Amino acid sequence: MDAKAREDFAEAAVDTPAGSLQPLIFRFTLSPLNKRRWENFKLNRRGYWSLWIFLALFVISLFAEFIANDKPIYINVNGHWYVPALVTYPDTAFAKDKDPNLFGTAADYRDDYLMGLIKKEGGAVLWPPIRFSYNTQVSKPPSPFPSKPTWMLTQKDCEFAATHGFAKCGELEYNWLGTDDGGRDVLARLIYGFRISVLFGLCLTIVSSVVGVAAGAVQGYFGGWTDLLFQRFIEIWTSIPSLYLLLIISSVLVPGFFVLLGILLLFSWVSLVGLVRAEFLRGRNFEYIQAARALGVSNAVIIFRHLLPNAMVATMTFLPFILSSSVMTLTALDFLGFGLPPGSPSLGELLSQGKANVQAPWLGLTGFFSIAIMLSLLIFIGEAVRDAFDPRKTFR
Amino acid sequence: MTGARETVLSIRDLSVAFGQGPGEVLAVDKVSFYIGKGETVALVGESGSGKSVTALSVMKLLPYPAARHPSGSILFKGRELLSMEEREIRRVRGNDITIVFQEPMTSLNPLHTIEKQIREILLIHQGLAGEPARARVIDLLAQVGIPDPEGRLASYPHQLSGGQRQRVMIAMALANEPDLLIADEPTTALDVTVQAQILKLLKDTQTRLGMSMLFITHDLGIVRKLADRICVMHAGKIVEQGPVERVFTAPEHPYTRALLAAEPKPDPAPPRPQAPVVVKTDDLKVWFPIKRGVLRKVVGHIKAVDGVSVEIRKGETLGVVGESGSGKTTLGLAILRLISSQGPVVFMGHAIQGFKFKEMRPYRRDMQIVFQDPYGSLSPRMSVSDIIEEGLWVHQPNLNAAERTQRVVAALKDVGLDPQARFRYPHEYSGGQRQRIALARALVLEPTFIVLDEPTSALDMLIQAQMVDLLRDLQKRRDLTYMFISHDLRVVAALASRLLVLRNGKVVEEGAAAELFKAPQSDYTRALFAAAFKLETAPEGVVAQ
Repeated sequence: MDAKAREDFAEAAVDTPAGSLQPLIFRFTLSPLNKRRWENFKLNRRGYWSLWIFLALFVISLFAEFIANDKPIYINVNGHWYVPALVTYPDTAFAKDKDPNLFGTAADYRDDYLMGLIKKEGGAVLWPPIRFSYNTQVSKPPSPFPSKPTWMLTQKDCEFAATHGFAKCGELEYNWLGTDDGGRDVLARLIYGFRISVLFGLCLTIVSSVVGVAAGAVQGYFGGWTDLLFQRFIEIWTSIPSLYLLLIISSVLVPGFFVLLGILLLFSWVSLVGLVRAEFLRGRNFEYIQAARALGVSNAVIIFRHLLPNAMVATMTFLPFILSSSVMTLTALDFLGFGLPPGSPSLGELLSQGKANVQAPWLGLTGFFSIAIMLSLLIFIGEAVRDAFDPRKTFR
Repeated sequence: MTGARETVLSIRDLSVAFGQGPGEVLAVDKVSFYIGKGETVALVGESGSGKSVTALSVMKLLPYPAARHPSGSILFKGRELLSMEEREIRRVRGNDITIVFQEPMTSLNPLHTIEKQIREILLIHQGLAGEPARARVIDLLAQVGIPDPEGRLASYPHQLSGGQRQRVMIAMALANEPDLLIADEPTTALDVTVQAQILKLLKDTQTRLGMSMLFITHDLGIVRKLADRICVMHAGKIVEQGPVERVFTAPEHPYTRALLAAEPKPDPAPPRPQAPVVVKTDDLKVWFPIKRGVLRKVVGHIKAVDGVSVEIRKGETLGVVGESGSGKTTLGLAILRLISSQGPVVFMGHAIQGFKFKEMRPYRRDMQIVFQDPYGSLSPRMSVSDIIEEGLWVHQPNLNAAERTQRVVAALKDVGLDPQARFRYPHEYSGGQRQRIALARALVLEPTFIVLDEPTSALDMLIQAQMVDLLRDLQKRRDLTYMFISHDLRVVAALASRLLVLRNGKVVEEGAAAELFKAPQSDYTRALFAAAFKLETAPEGVVAQ
């Protein structure tokens, strides 16, 4: 009777008979853990949709040269085909005979003469949807720069253009978001600027995470003097007012993508160190670390298999913030004029133009909304990733 | 029975629900019982059966509004507590009804002195301050048996032992002479000898003050000793209640019967004086240096293990018992060479003392360990399959995937778990199942010797008995050698062929388990056994306070 009663209340799984084996191949092809993480990620609808929207925007912007460019994607003339968006051709390449008006310099496809020539010879031209690159100047504006988005032009604007010697409303090129004060198409600059911001943010995040996690892991795992000295160094380092130093350095060095990356990396790697170090200090005394030592597992394997995954979840919770703050820092430097070299497409520069030209709200609004939406998407994704990596999180 | 007695607390149809919508969990399901004046009612059940939640809802200490009461009433001396205003209930809490929690380490504020913490209660409920308050605090501390109460007033909680902290908690609970004391597993975190003292203190105070007590526990031995009536809880319901004598002699519900039968059956492996020696230590010492001053000069040592000689023969189980801090676990870790020690350790004929980590690796396959805490000993971020096969990667790296899987599956079957579920994470398993996983991790290497460091103390009674049966069964099948570390003497009695009693790092007594249990030689061992088996306190000076 006793034994029977005991069985009744035994743990359920203990009583279930051991079933047959699963096919062994699944073990490596499927990886059920990552599959479950993915399922958990999908359950966070907001993060899931944010990921798709962000990926779509990012992939589109990666092909910016085929979307917004002042060079055609494809030209077929005289039995030859050309890809001007990728290759630079001399303008003489498009002429059948020697033409005194062409000098063999790089072709300017916005030049009416050249395009007329191609048309005359029966060439087929495929333009990108937006016929401006980030540095293309609009040749026939309806007003002094910055000029309004074309769809916003009113009858009054057209009359003004006609009376003051600007392009007539009928013969305008279409600027969806207007032009900036340099006469460049805002939409084209936005696409290129988004791409460079995200790429920059990703690079900075990845590099600073790798450096930060490594530094934190070393400190946490070895402790003692290593930890002590490193911590004091970081305390001094973080007490340096970083923005001023960045301004000074970027006025000495010629700012470019990689120079800025290096400068920002000097300070951004610190943000993860404390977190990872704390996780390692906590984790190295866990019983399962002891158990791994009792199994004879080596230090390196313990760090990578047992301690790092613990630290990674904490890292994951910080990554979206690091990513968005990287984007923000670049934007801030650009806004102040210490960022990417003049003429580069950048969201910060767009914002500073918006500030300088309050009468042209399309500049400021475009900058504001693009940055706000981009950062929101990143944060939503980050939240969902963080939840997906948390094994204790249950979704109901 | 208690028909003539005045009823202090009467609970009718109490339910507690957590969460909302489809995720709602009914933690307590229509529970009814009452407590008479001066009566002790024990609430017994496994972890998760809803006993603590029931007690906390009497104090209205649940996390409202996440918790709700779909039905029920709690009448305390004729007043309904459930519908009471927060302001009013605060007057009841700590004054008429008080509670003593399980964990004496965390239920006192570490930043305040003991005097300040007890005075706070006196000030809030009685408006007592100044010299009279101080006198009352001293009086209370003396009542709960704190030696030199006046000198202890300025102590901080960390300066007291676990038992003393629990005494202070009881003093705080008694400060306003409550009508009802709720004791939520007050002795679970304490050593057996201290447990006996605390139980005696509670019993004495209760008779003296004539208060009622609601005692929550999973330990039936305590219930039998202490309670007048018992309520057995299972899955949120009270399945049986009645006077202690009746329930223990003639249990009606099958669950109660299962619980009473859950005592681990003593059937230890016999001592084998002829078998080859697996582990031998001679005068093993683990001393931690105490360093002082700027130059970190060594001024003394904490002698965690101080000259212990052990000999474990193949197929035997050496039970190591002692209070917390006696060096049991340290001894186990030192034998496995997981912490540094002095003195020779011989493992299966090889002197392994002084070996470096890498030199130890070939031996690790034969010596394994299972830890106490089933929640801390499994990496939460690895699947069960990964956890178990980790040792195989180290010791048999040339196994292919199929062979590894086979070994993992075999180990899981050995410990009675379903191998299908091996890709799940540890948190999806219960405590008992996790302990089986930890055991499977050790078994997959087919070791000779396993150190079991309190493998059952975090488990419920029923699961404990299962675990003991499993360990014994595995030992028989595989001819394993165990070193079983525990403070729970009933479990040790069920498994150990020989016994080693440790105190302050030194061996007090050693010998064949059967004889030692029958006729302990030293006073300390006798006190330990009396406290564990009969919950009796020892004469002063034999055990710690």
